[in-house]
Amino acid sequence: MKILCGVKRVEDPDQKIKVNPDGSWIALDGINYKPNPYDEIAVEEALRLKEAHGSGEVVVVSIGGEESVTEMRHAMAMGADRGILVKVSERVDSDAAARLLAKVVEREKPDLVILGRQAVDSDQGQTGQLLAEYLGWGQATFAAKFESLESEEEKAKKPGLQVQDGKVRVIREIDGGLEVLDVELPAVVTTELRLNHPRYASLPGIMKAKKKPVEELTPADLGVDVTPKVKIRKLSSPPERKAGIKVPDVATLVEKLRNEAKVI
Amino acid sequence: MNFELTEEQIALRDAARKFAREVIAPVAAKYDRTGEFPYEVISKGFELGLMNLTVPAEYGGLGLSKVDQVLVVEELAAGCVGIATSMGANDLALLPILIGGTPEQKERFVRPFTEKLRFASFCLTEPGAGSDAAGLSTTAVRDGDHYVLNGTKMWITNGGVAEQYTVFATVDKARGHKGITCFVVEGRPEGLGVGKPEDKLGQRASNTVQLTFDNVRVPVENRIGEEGDGWRIAMATLDQSRPMTAAFAVGVGRAAMEHAIAYAKERKQFGQPIANFQAIQFMLADMATELHAARLLTLEAAWLTDAGKRSTLVSSHAKRFAADTAMKVCTDAVQIFGGYGYSKEYPVEKLFRDAKLIQIYEGTSQIQRLVIARELLRG
Amino acid sequence: MSNVLLVAEHLNQSLKKSSLHALEAARQIASRSGGKVFGLVVGKGVGEVANELARHGVEVLVADDARVEHPLAEAWSKVVEKAAKEVSATYVVAASGSQSKDVLPRVAARLGAGMASDVIGFGGEGAEITFKRPMWAGSVIAEVEITTPVKVLTVRPTDFSAAQPGEAGQVRSLELPDLGTIRTHFVEFRQVKSERPPLTEARIVVSGGRGTRGDFSPVEALADQLGAAVGATRAAVDAGWVPNDLQVGQTGKTVAPDLYIALGISGAIQHVAGMKGSKVIVAINKDPDAPIFQIADYGLVGDLFQVVPELQKALTGK
Repeated sequence: MKILCGVKRVEDPDQKIKVNPDGSWIALDGINYKPNPYDEIAVEEALRLKEAHGSGEVVVVSIGGEESVTEMRHAMAMGADRGILVKVSERVDSDAAARLLAKVVEREKPDLVILGRQAVDSDQGQTGQLLAEYLGWGQATFAAKFESLESEEEKAKKPGLQVQDGKVRVIREIDGGLEVLDVELPAVVTTELRLNHPRYASLPGIMKAKKKPVEELTPADLGVDVTPKVKIRKLSSPPERKAGIKVPDVATLVEKLRNEAKVI
Repeated sequence: MNFELTEEQIALRDAARKFAREVIAPVAAKYDRTGEFPYEVISKGFELGLMNLTVPAEYGGLGLSKVDQVLVVEELAAGCVGIATSMGANDLALLPILIGGTPEQKERFVRPFTEKLRFASFCLTEPGAGSDAAGLSTTAVRDGDHYVLNGTKMWITNGGVAEQYTVFATVDKARGHKGITCFVVEGRPEGLGVGKPEDKLGQRASNTVQLTFDNVRVPVENRIGEEGDGWRIAMATLDQSRPMTAAFAVGVGRAAMEHAIAYAKERKQFGQPIANFQAIQFMLADMATELHAARLLTLEAAWLTDAGKRSTLVSSHAKRFAADTAMKVCTDAVQIFGGYGYSKEYPVEKLFRDAKLIQIYEGTSQIQRLVIARELLRG
Repeated sequence: MSNVLLVAEHLNQSLKKSSLHALEAARQIASRSGGKVFGLVVGKGVGEVANELARHGVEVLVADDARVEHPLAEAWSKVVEKAAKEVSATYVVAASGSQSKDVLPRVAARLGAGMASDVIGFGGEGAEITFKRPMWAGSVIAEVEITTPVKVLTVRPTDFSAAQPGEAGQVRSLELPDLGTIRTHFVEFRQVKSERPPLTEARIVVSGGRGTRGDFSPVEALADQLGAAVGATRAAVDAGWVPNDLQVGQTGKTVAPDLYIALGISGAIQHVAGMKGSKVIVAINKDPDAPIFQIADYGLVGDLFQVVPELQKALTGK
């Protein structure tokens, strides 16, 4: 079983993001980077499927600058077998990313593509679906599982996706509940938070990762025009919500809610 | 000169940092309170390769350099130095075997520790021989193809959970340090008494016990090096392990500084965050400078060891300065927290207690100064 | 003339309220582009959904067919594409619920369109419309331009008011296009049933976080007393304490009730992203330094297990 996963380098979601004074982009000073958390979940799921099937290959793909290799090395330290960097010098939109991935998929011919449901920088949440459409494949977005992340199944590192008879069964987290789909392979799956807890990169894994191959490609190699369909004109900060007051006790709280805020 | 870490070193450090933040730190206070052995945490750490860091790859280890090791160890210690000490104890206990053992002994006594989570203890200190390690009085008497060990060892890290002990004993007390010999005691042989865990001030997550040897028989093939090689082996071990201990100190100090910075930015007095006051700023600045200096000394000591150069002087500089710095930083961190710093509800009082031990174990700050002075006045 | 196609979301044969908010957004676009708004309802037995949408003054196309009973993106995207072409839509708009998030990107690919997700407002001048949308968990608002002739967007319902009923529009049926081979197969849907009002529509939301330590009974008791919906943080959902449908935040639901009561919630950026539009925020947390207090209108430092029963008593008082 061959699985392809996307790994995007994003700003660490736990730090404060601020806009540059001119609104051209965010302030990058002192910013740390990480693999997109949803992509780590995708890689974890791919590794579990490979382990459960006893064989296979997990290939990670990143679209970005040379520095994105760091995030791919992290995925390889987790256990992914090799990496493909599609080197771009400018930011690409979801549509260009999907078209680049489609070309990589045509070369690699994986059985399954697992992507994060969204990257936590752009928050668009489109790439997986666009990719499925460009490939003419079936898709299952927001993959999760019935069991919680504290369950025994999760502790035993069981995959949430079930692959058999040329199909992948996916439990999707959607509005109103959980939906179960069977998608014929090859297919695109995007990950929700509740699919798994990604493993830590082990130290031996890190040592091995540096020897794993990373192939570099360019949009030109893949014959893709990456001119964005969605252009960012300007960034701004959302209106700040001001801290209110601390109330000393419940009585004061109720009084304020009744008479000042008038919400109860 | 190059101060840049490699991409791989950054990845190793970050992996240890993530583990320390997400796995160690959340349970550090609990283990400090209960004094329980943090087996579960250590077991997770072992699976991730965070133990036996410097064991060569040919014996199943990671074969990390000392520089790599101190980068990793500082992170673990920033999570909880008690847990880090327990995790690092194998490195210390296996080092004499790696330094003085035969390939067959390394295979027999080192490899099993890389295959499965097992603990080993380094046993040098005695009730009557702390800083004066050469004055140890545990005896080893040859009896056919065995030695018979008698005596008491104190403050043995992981002694209560270990499956193997690296023991220093004298074959002839009259020969002074030239009689000291190194042995590997396997399992829990007859005559080996393991005391109750010590109820310590700090580093309470690490298991520390007293061991008694009452006619414990050790096969001759478990002797590391020749009779009388023990002192050289012990000193070489401590030279090499001092950077690790110094990294423990830097980790504890850094944790205290990070807490102090966060608190100073949040805590308001006289209508503003106390971080705005110079009195606080100067304390924070000194913390940062001194911790940075301690880290650089630690890295240089590790680098010297990696380069196969004599590291005695610099490793003593590092251990002494880092331990004293950690103590000072933690003391100031408690001060910045004020009354809250003295409360167990807040994290710095634990760091304050933990730091104290680093000035004591693996050669007290005073012994380090003696070593430094001796090096200065040599020849 | 730039028409707008609004794709309705529905569940159990009823129109989702969020679609009426999206209709309002669609109207705003149409009023600037000089076009007309059309509705689209896809599913099986959805005639009433179409009628309800039409009652809000929209001409509605309905594709009512067993082959599109389940919202499979592969099939639905082809239906939406056909409808968009039939009404010459320049804009395809839907509320950013999980159905639309799943389906619309495929529609965009089929129409060669650029797409903006989670739009919260519009910029630009006249018919030149730009789209405002959150990035980095709402830490940043981006103003984006879609350069393609057709533009696809999902809009955040909380940022648009609900469209009011008007003169009923016509409902006409849309014949399904050739769906081709569909490689996705519906197996089952396990719906989470609740007596409480839906999270995204409730006037009051009571949410619990890690501070509940898995015991949501105080959260639920207070919610029921106030007739409120129950929400939760990612940590609480990840731990399996409550169903994932209750998650409020960057990747969960976005809510903007009149009153949001956060119990034992620290206030991670990802959670705040989903509730900072609330009119009044109350935070109850043991930790006086919890970041939630920086955005709360009323903060009370205390253990929720003590405070909530007191609060319940005080509320019954008068």
